[in-house]
Amino acid sequence: MRVYHFTEQPYPKAWEHHKGSLRITLPNRLLDPKIAGDLFHRYYDEWMLTDELGLDIMLNEHHQTATCMSSTCIVGLSILARITKRARLLVLGYPLGHRPDPMRCAEELATVDVISRGRLDMGFVKGVPYEFAPSNQNAVRVMERFWDAHDFIIKAMTSHDEPFNWESEFFHYRQVNLWPRPCQQPHPPVWSTTGSRANARVLGERGIAMATLGTGYATRPLYDSYREGYVAKHGKLPGADRFAYLGLVAVADNEAEAHRRGKAVSIYLPSSGIVAPEFRNPPGYLSVEDNVRMLRGEAKPRTGTKDGRFIDMRTAGVQELIDTGILFCGTPDQVYDQIVEFTEYCGGMGNLLMMGHAGAMSHEDTVDNLTLFSKEVLPRLRAYKQPEPETVVAA
Amino acid sequence: MPAAARDIARAPAGASVAVNGVRIEMIERGKGRPLLFLHPGIGIEPGAAVLDRLAERAHVLAPSHPGFGASDLPQSMTTVDDLAYFYLDLMDQLDLRDATVVGVSFGAWIAAEIAVKSTARISRLVLANAVGIKVGGRETRDIADIFAVVDADFNKLAYFDPKIAERDYKSMPEAEVRAVARNRESLGRFAWQPYMHDPKLKGRLHRIRIPTLFLWGTHDRILSESYGRAYCAAIPGARFEPIEKAGHFPHIEQPQIFAERVLAFAQS
Repeated sequence: MRVYHFTEQPYPKAWEHHKGSLRITLPNRLLDPKIAGDLFHRYYDEWMLTDELGLDIMLNEHHQTATCMSSTCIVGLSILARITKRARLLVLGYPLGHRPDPMRCAEELATVDVISRGRLDMGFVKGVPYEFAPSNQNAVRVMERFWDAHDFIIKAMTSHDEPFNWESEFFHYRQVNLWPRPCQQPHPPVWSTTGSRANARVLGERGIAMATLGTGYATRPLYDSYREGYVAKHGKLPGADRFAYLGLVAVADNEAEAHRRGKAVSIYLPSSGIVAPEFRNPPGYLSVEDNVRMLRGEAKPRTGTKDGRFIDMRTAGVQELIDTGILFCGTPDQVYDQIVEFTEYCGGMGNLLMMGHAGAMSHEDTVDNLTLFSKEVLPRLRAYKQPEPETVVAA
Repeated sequence: MPAAARDIARAPAGASVAVNGVRIEMIERGKGRPLLFLHPGIGIEPGAAVLDRLAERAHVLAPSHPGFGASDLPQSMTTVDDLAYFYLDLMDQLDLRDATVVGVSFGAWIAAEIAVKSTARISRLVLANAVGIKVGGRETRDIADIFAVVDADFNKLAYFDPKIAERDYKSMPEAEVRAVARNRESLGRFAWQPYMHDPKLKGRLHRIRIPTLFLWGTHDRILSESYGRAYCAAIPGARFEPIEKAGHFPHIEQPQIFAERVLAFAQS
């Protein structure tokens, strides 16, 4: 199993003044550039430590929010490409749905791949609903535009002999000839995320590595839909490396300390959802059927515990979050056991995306969390044998 | 009368018509000269009082636009231009002559886009609380961002009396809830960006040479009256008539007055 350390690079000082929305409309006056600079330096120092400890690195981007200062992931990737030595650099996600210019995307990502000497993983996503206001891209037909941009980027990265032409409904380019071309051949690995079974199947058909976020013990149906799509297209079951799961991680020498740390990292869950309701559902983001269910008050909670209890992530305590597979928390032995139990439930999961820092968690806590995890848990996860694909029965 | 028009004349409320293979719902009522009613982004309810008032002295045709209500949506339709050409084809197919075209809000934008292309089948144009053009400078929001407000706040912006817009989706038939969801998605499809207007339209409005009436609910907080008057001034000879105690949808809040003004204008 590979483990990627992830932080959203938050600006927690502004969280106290949000008045109902940490995103989109929160005045940027609440950000002190000096403090923001200090925080960025600290987060990059922690990622350098991550690199030395043998973990891999994940970063993301969001817009107009105090929850995530990384508003352009290419800046973060560029810094990490030069200052780290060995870690994989996963961007998840790179929001194609919010990008007007996929040629620029291909240029940025190929350059990062070259500078990092082939360590980039490209996690393409459509983008979160509330950021269609800041990007002003249309959420209607976003998946069509997403796949068109994806196909263009891959074509640009894999065409080496002469310029090509692209005149689709969404994007128009002439004389496309990507310089520099990417280091990894034929192109850096492609990842994506989903919360829907229909899209999981499409990702399986395309063989794109699939991550789920916050799905806990409701993850298996998504993985099985992926497996169905993969088998239909490739004639065999996918390996565990095709699956990734974002979990919060808090490990410490004793359980009480780990739970204190677990509470600190899980501040991500209630804060992430603090967004003014008018931006949560732009037209076209959800299907008509999903909107009908929401209007009729029939939307279902999607996060459940192993024994089928549904919990509200915004209010759940540490133990409930552990029971749900949202948080892996405890001593190194406990955390290892929780991750293995979850992986067995999934039928194999080859990439743990570990949120090892969130909110106002201190530098000392973060360093200790990462260090203990990489010394006591990571070696055992590396040695852990995933369930054989053949023993996984697709639903 | 051509075959298609005869079929529709006999059809009950909730009937449909296919144009170029695209089937749309169309309410049809009354006798007299044709009156094509183009609904706003919130759609049209068959029970809307304004349709019966208009049908007392006109042959009312009230379609649901492609993508709205239960009407088909071809993937190729992405702009208000596409809707305008669709309705020009519909008027050809039904052989409408001397028609009055009435549009409210988003429907008025479609009506204006139709009229700058061709008024061969249209003798009167009525635009009520119309969106569709840019009037102010680049930092002036001419049209309130209705995609940045929750339903309750939308109702406060749109209505003189917001209470009449309240709906209980839990007790509504599923097909009606589905229409609400489709209307919102399709409005986003056609009007997300550029927001609620076509940058080219204002410069083309001079092409409208038929008698044109602007009706304007004065309690509209989505659009200002000065926006409406600037729109009106861009169409040669167009007249502007405010309607009191109405907001963005005067056909809903003042159906009697709205219909009287439209019919008087259509017959003038």
